[in-house]
This record gives sequence, C-alpha cells and structure tokens, in this order.
Amino acid sequence: MDNQFNKITTLNQVLHLFHDGMTLMFGGFGGVGSPPGLISGILDKGVKHLTLIGNDTGFPDIGIGKLVSNGSADKVIASHIGSNPIAGRLMHEGKLEVEFSPQGILAERIRAGGVGLPGVLSDIGTDNEIVSKNKPMVDINGKKYLIETALTAQVSIIYAKKADEYGNLIYDKSARNTNPLVAMAGQITIAEAEEIVRLGELNPEEIITPGVFVDYIIPSKGVNWKWAWE
Amino acid sequence: MGLGVEIRHRLAKRAAEEIKSGMVVNLGIGIPSLVPNHLPKDIKVMFHAENGIVGMGPSPKNGEEDENLCNAGGFPVTLNIGGSYFDSSLAFGIIRSGRIDLTILGSLQVSQTGDLANWIVPGKKVPGMGGAMELAQKAKKVIVLMNHCDKHGKPKIVRKCTLPLTSSESVNLIVTELAVFHVTNSGLVLTEIFEPFDIDTVKSKTAADFCVSEDLRKISY
Repeated sequence: MDNQFNKITTLNQVLHLFHDGMTLMFGGFGGVGSPPGLISGILDKGVKHLTLIGNDTGFPDIGIGKLVSNGSADKVIASHIGSNPIAGRLMHEGKLEVEFSPQGILAERIRAGGVGLPGVLSDIGTDNEIVSKNKPMVDINGKKYLIETALTAQVSIIYAKKADEYGNLIYDKSARNTNPLVAMAGQITIAEAEEIVRLGELNPEEIITPGVFVDYIIPSKGVNWKWAWE
Repeated sequence: MGLGVEIRHRLAKRAAEEIKSGMVVNLGIGIPSLVPNHLPKDIKVMFHAENGIVGMGPSPKNGEEDENLCNAGGFPVTLNIGGSYFDSSLAFGIIRSGRIDLTILGSLQVSQTGDLANWIVPGKKVPGMGGAMELAQKAKKVIVLMNHCDKHGKPKIVRKCTLPLTSSESVNLIVTELAVFHVTNSGLVLTEIFEPFDIDTVKSKTAADFCVSEDLRKISY
C-alpha cells in the first residue's frame, strides 16, 4: 500500500511518543473501543506517572484498566471507576488521584479541547458540592452554570474499525463511544485500526473522523483480553 | 444484599407498566435491565444507551455476541431495526436536551422530596457518577427500582438523604419489593402495595413521611 502521508506506521515506531509523567487520553467505554495494541505497548515499555483521561478505568485486565491496575497512572480524569476495583483501592490508598466528571460533561470537555474551545457551560451538578467544587459559575438569564474547562492531552490513543491512508476513520457500532472526541483532543493522535485501506475506499459521506485529526495509524491485532461476559 | 430472582422480576414488571409506545427509555444496570422482558409485544420503544445507541435490542444468543456491540454496563446487546450508533457527546446531548422520556435507575437512598443518592458511600464505595447525574437531572421521568431497606435493614426511603446526592428533586416514582410511591409536590404518596404486605409493614420500614392513596392498589403478580 502507498503511504503518501507517512501516517501508516507500526507500534514500535510510535512507542517513543510515550514517556513518564505525560498526559494520555484514551478512547473506549468499559474497554469497548480501547486500542489493545497501544495499551499493551505502553504497559510493556513501563511508562509511569501517567495522567489518564477517558470515560472510565475499564476492568482490571481490560482496556486502560491494565495500565491502572499496574500502577502506571498517578491521576485519572474519568466518570466512573466502579468496574475496576483496583482503581478504587489505589485511590483509597492515596496512590491514585481521581477527578470525577459527569459522563456527558467529560465528553464535552474532551470535545471542547478538540475543537478549540476553552470550556463549556453546564447545569449538571450546579448544586452538587463534589461536582461544583472550585469551579467558577456564570449567570445567564438568571440561571447559574458551571464553567467546565476543556481537556486536551499530549497524546490521544484511539481504536477504529477502518482507517485510510490519510487517517480518515470509521468505527464499529458501540465501539465508537468517546473515540471521535478523544481523536480531536490530542496534540498527537494515534489511531489503531482493525483494517487499513487505500485512499478512496471509505465513502466520504460515512467518515466519522476526518484524517486531519490523526497523526499516526498502526495496524491492530485485535483485542488481547477476555471480556467480562465471556 | 440482593433480591431474589422472582422479586427482581416483580419490580421490573411493575416498572414496565410505565413504558408507553413511542417513548425513548434509558435503563440502568441491574434490575432495570430486566424491564424489557416484561414489555408487551405491541409496544414500540426506543432504548437509549449512554455509550451511543438508540434502538438497543435484547441480549444476543450464546455464541452470537459482538464484542463491539455492548450496553453501558459492558454486556453484549443487539440493535433493533431503525437503531443507530453515535459518539458519547451525542449520547449525552440526547439526554441533556430532554429527549429521554423515562429513565429507570437503582439507588442507595431516595428522599421524600425525590432527592436521589446513588453514586457514593463516603470512605467505602466511590465508583463515580457515570451518567447518572445527567440522566436523573434531565430525563422527563425518573423511576427508582430498589430494595426497600439496605443490607443492615435500614430504610432507603428517607426524609433527607444522608449520602451525597446524585441529583435533587428528580425522582418521580419509587418501586420496591414492598410498595410503590409517587413523589408529588405535596410529598410521598403510597399508591400500591405488593401482596402479602400491609401498610403497617411499609410504615415500619420507611423513614419518610407519606400519605396513603385513597385508591391504594394491592398488586399480586
């Protein structure tokens, strides 16, 4: 296959982008739609002190949960950690800082970061002391709104069903979830794709993420964990 | 402490009565996920899932699971004809803009004014709110399915929640293994009792003020 945009590469070629102390954003929801090859690569490289941003902390051996369970993260910004008991234990032991954001607001914060907005206004949890803590409020037409700041990351890792040479992406069913948002919010975005196709093979009307947001594409070997329901 | 299978289905069956044709409905994990089993065949309802599905169908047969088609709890589902997939931003755009007609959730406590506390037990269990705050705050109708008392026998329907709130004044209907309460502007109203329980039993296990409906219904499923 041609590689005229030099985006198609391998896991080994992108591993230098991951380093201790970095902010890493990941696509996926309960592990569904999280990039298995990239997560294993980061784990095997032994990267530490990560700040992870994503919907949830997966399950102990599924998705981003592998990095959390390994103690690779110092901080997580997520909406839910309940399916990964190790995350809860590390939090209670003071080894993992967790910033909770309501799920849809987290998605909007990521989206804002990806589309060049400094934040969004939200009425979710305005009267909730945990959600509203340390957040400025604004008044619009007599109603109070929280300022929810945008989120970005040094590197975003996502999982796609198909990528073309330019990095145009389509996703698979409910594995889309946060991936198109996370794709936009990385200074560098790496897409792991189940299939890489030639330019022109994806219907332009059906592309979900335009390749302009994608810097690197690596081929996927598929999920390397066992699902909770299996 | 979990409820027996039969009782879980009793709650689900009662909640299913609230679903009308044409509704967009979001179901929480646990007992609420049993609700579709109790819907009449002629009801057309679109089930919404926070991970980006409208038109979610029943669980697939063994061996026909698709790892990339799951509900928000991570378990395989199917897609009904007319269903669609979208990203998390849109999934919650649907919720926040008021397109969810009904959401059915579990809870740790509910107050007599409809305050919902279902996401945190300080110092013990901190799973995170997930999508519960948005759903409770923005769905047109909120039904809570839960055990009447916690595992220590303490009432979960209370005057004021002692656990941190998920959202305030948002619950419309409470269904437990003993009874059904409507949350109204003038307070809690006991409208239904499951056989073989009586009002005194419900009173003794409820730590909130309520009045008894003149049309109190006895349910025997």
